[in-house]
Amino acid sequence: MQHSIPLYIAVMSAVTLSVKILPLTLIRRPIRSRFVRSFLYYVPYVTLAVMTFPAIVQATDAPLAGAIALAAGIVAAWFGASLFQVAATCCALVFLIELVML
Amino acid sequence: MATGMNGFFARHGKAIREGMRDGVPIGAGYFVVAFSLGIAARDAGLTPWEGFVASLLNNASAGEYAAFTLMAANASYLELAVVTLIANARYLLMSTALSQRFSPRTGTLHRVLVGFDVTDELFGIAIARPGTVDPYYSYGAFVPALSGWSIGTALGIIMGNVLPTRAVSALSVALYGMFLAIIIPPARQNRVVLGCVIVSFAASLVFSVAPAFAQLSAGTRTIILTVAISSVAALLFPVSDEELKHGDANAKGDEEGATHAA
Repeated sequence: MQHSIPLYIAVMSAVTLSVKILPLTLIRRPIRSRFVRSFLYYVPYVTLAVMTFPAIVQATDAPLAGAIALAAGIVAAWFGASLFQVAATCCALVFLIELVML
Repeated sequence: MATGMNGFFARHGKAIREGMRDGVPIGAGYFVVAFSLGIAARDAGLTPWEGFVASLLNNASAGEYAAFTLMAANASYLELAVVTLIANARYLLMSTALSQRFSPRTGTLHRVLVGFDVTDELFGIAIARPGTVDPYYSYGAFVPALSGWSIGTALGIIMGNVLPTRAVSALSVALYGMFLAIIIPPARQNRVVLGCVIVSFAASLVFSVAPAFAQLSAGTRTIILTVAISSVAALLFPVSDEELKHGDANAKGDEEGATHAA
């Protein structure tokens, strides 16, 4: 059976939007449980950290370039560089390192 | 009417402008990632318009990539739904976390609209602001982010691989740089958050190479590790009401940062 692409898109969009919108609209009160509140407090940091490493090292053509970008990004963010500055530092370093290496 | 518009911008203009400012680097990073996503969409037979709409409604890199791959394989609708659910399940956690940062007075329409574009990065910048979430800040950030994502996908379908590979490689770290900018400043202020980040890096590395876990999708590994590490942290280091009332570690970071700068 050949499937319809518009219907495929409708199905994936319905699932994605439900996942994103339902908790935000249905949970209207502060959650009382101290465990759940603490859990949700840590979630963003853990999720983003898990997604950053080792993926950043695997994203570049030369893994060493990704590793150096990671280290430089951590140092820049530690000393208060902005979102854009950190991202631009990482990109520029990868470009320069791969220019020399590859 | 004119005074109505003036009143609107007087109340929300600053938040919208700040959102757009923070959304520009996100949109630029999205554009590049979406461009390569567009190549996967083209392989699945999507037209540029279909790719544009799919990205406008989903804005989820791993989820869309998985979905396009399934479409190319002529998978069933149920399969597509289940895989999309698994790849995007982390947004359930983010949306729940956001619900706790909204003012109880914020109405349903604002909640639906902010929820519409929950992504790793847009969630990150919304939660990084002190106090309750201002929907207008998020709307400002959505404009460059959604434009970059949707147009990038459509152009990827139209043009395929025109960017030199070296430029793609360099730009591919932009999103990770943004993640670092979100998690590192609070980690500097709060030792438990710092510990969480270090443990997360280590566990993620182990999961990506350990035979039993490496075959799971990246989205599934992210969910398992997020639930496990955040649960342990919450059990061992429950957050005080005082900390929660001040928003999060970032709020403290901003204040100290401002003092430092002054």
